[in-house]
Amino acid sequence: MFKHIIDISKTHLLSKKKQTIIASLGVTFGISMFIVMMSFMTGLNQLLDGLVLNRTPHIQIYNKTEASETQPVDRFLDASDQLSHTHSIRPKRRLLRIHNALPIISELRANEKVKGATPQATSKVFYLAGSNNLNGIINGIEVQEEVRLFNFKDYIVEGDVNCLLKKKNNTLIGSGIAKKLSLSLGDKVQVMNTEGTIFTLEIGGIFQSGLADVDDVQSYVSLKMAQQLLGAGTNYISRIHVKLHDIEDAVPVSELIENLYDVKALDINTANAQFDTGSDIRTLISYAVSITLLIVAAFGIYNILNMFIYEKMNDIAILKATGFTGQDVMYIFIFQALMIGLIGGILGLGVGYGISAIIDNVPFNTEALPTIKTYPINYDPYFYIGGISFALITTFLAGYLPAKKAQNIDPVEIIRGQ
Amino acid sequence: MENILETKNINKYFLDPVKFHVLKNISMQLKHKEFVSIMGKSGCGKSTLLYILSTMDSDYDGELIIDGQDMSHLSRNELARVRNEKIGFIFQFHYLLPEFSVLKNVMLPALKLGRYDEATIKKKAYEKLELLDVLDQAHKKASRISGGQKQRVSIARSLINDPKVIMGDEPTGNLDSKNAENVFNVLRELSHIHEMSMLIVTHDLDFAKKTDRIIEMGDGSILS
Ligand SMILES: Nc1ncnc2c1ncn2[C@@H]1O[C@H](COP(=O)(O)OP(=O)(O)O)[C@@H](O)[C@H]1O
Ligand SMILES: [Mg+2]
Repeated sequence: MFKHIIDISKTHLLSKKKQTIIASLGVTFGISMFIVMMSFMTGLNQLLDGLVLNRTPHIQIYNKTEASETQPVDRFLDASDQLSHTHSIRPKRRLLRIHNALPIISELRANEKVKGATPQATSKVFYLAGSNNLNGIINGIEVQEEVRLFNFKDYIVEGDVNCLLKKKNNTLIGSGIAKKLSLSLGDKVQVMNTEGTIFTLEIGGIFQSGLADVDDVQSYVSLKMAQQLLGAGTNYISRIHVKLHDIEDAVPVSELIENLYDVKALDINTANAQFDTGSDIRTLISYAVSITLLIVAAFGIYNILNMFIYEKMNDIAILKATGFTGQDVMYIFIFQALMIGLIGGILGLGVGYGISAIIDNVPFNTEALPTIKTYPINYDPYFYIGGISFALITTFLAGYLPAKKAQNIDPVEIIRGQ
Repeated sequence: MENILETKNINKYFLDPVKFHVLKNISMQLKHKEFVSIMGKSGCGKSTLLYILSTMDSDYDGELIIDGQDMSHLSRNELARVRNEKIGFIFQFHYLLPEFSVLKNVMLPALKLGRYDEATIKKKAYEKLELLDVLDQAHKKASRISGGQKQRVSIARSLINDPKVIMGDEPTGNLDSKNAENVFNVLRELSHIHEMSMLIVTHDLDFAKKTDRIIEMGDGSILS
């Protein structure tokens, strides 16, 4: 039934090769830009997510340092008929260690929403190198869990991340510290804890997070070593970092933790509120730009189809005079629009993929991400499905109005006009 | 003998630029196998009448009956079907689709009708082209053949669905006398041998004299 209509459409398109190609290239341009923009922008977003979100715990658990809401005086006075004012409330002096940290960790690890929980023991130290003293922090970690949950390995620029497991006094030192103290792999570094005891650590690796605030002060050792620096036992844990399977659970799970244990649980949304907004705006901009491009392309198609129909006035009159209906004629032009959309769209997918692949191979070196060597591209198949669908939808809409016009052309008007 | 086409009191007005009564009480019949010519001064409404009779123009008052069926209340799509199936129309100018082959031009109305499969339609198209002596042009592009050949091809196209009636609006008006003679002979033969009715508008008195009957028009009415 539609065979001869397709046939007529094809002949029309082929007889106007130049216009067909120009219209298709308009679509190609729109779709390929859509794909490149989306792949690049979301690639960048993922990279920035990697920079901040992947290494940031979804929930950080530490000891409360806020003042208690219920002051001792409130326990003796009945609030309903007596008034009390307490000025200059200060938090109670408390230890930095989390009370009962080990049971909390094992309970968290058993929770099905939790991907992992890692203990941290943090100690303030001085790095000593000859006459230079440097203020700093040493963090005791379970290195393999850090690698699994927070991509810790990505930030090790020299040495081996597993050196912490091999020897107790091995350390992964911040790149800023290494630079300031002229230290390199295999060197020894002396650190002094707050009590004045001096320990000698051996540099098994250098890490670079890209955040100068961190790289200039922080080093990592095994949990045991840190506890020894602190002069504390194996149950001394100052923080717990939690990673969830789904980041959306951060708020409810942190509330649950605060309810169950006497600790403070900070969720990532509160900690990085501004981060999400930036990511959303970048995505919004890429959509806005691509859709604008496609709309421009759609206007091009609209114009060219209008011109096609103007040039094919006689053909339309003949077809109608010989018994083709208005609908037949409309289908002929809609089919032409869809062909332009399909050819231009498929070409656009190819060109978009090609440009993405080129960008993917352009060198991109940044201090922040030592493991990234080229610009990031996200090859999400949804962009390609979305691109071709959008091409077909816009060309259909652009073709619909001119085709509707062709449907209503009165053949007698045209024949009489001769 | 039954009427293949009949009109009762057809009136038509043009409203633009001023109201103009272009066809006045046209009542006429065309019988089966009859070959009728319509003559009249330029501007008297011959083409306007033919567009109505061929169902292309449905904006008129009065009755039009083709092959026993009243056309007045049919939808545009139903009229297109009647045009496709029962009427062959030959224009004064060679109305072919320029980018299609001669063969395709002839085949298209039959492909639309869908009465036969494509192979059969192709075979029939070759027969019609042979009948009009343009078989050797079948695979040329329609824009690449001469005026006389184009007119023959458009006659071949009007025949492809074996219509009940062929209408022509000065089909020989643009041809030299030799080609005009040829076209006339073809039409004559079609009405005799293939039992088709013919309704042909012409300026050519010699042509008209050879037809079965002449309808004389003047100023929007039928004079005789
Ligand atoms: N679309 C139109 N609008 C107004 N007047 C028209 C239109 N078409 C034709 N006419 C007028 O109608 C009359 C009949 O035209 P037409 O049927 O083409 O004449 P013929 O074919 O006999 O030469 C003419 O006077 C012409 O000027
Ligand atoms: Mg005329």
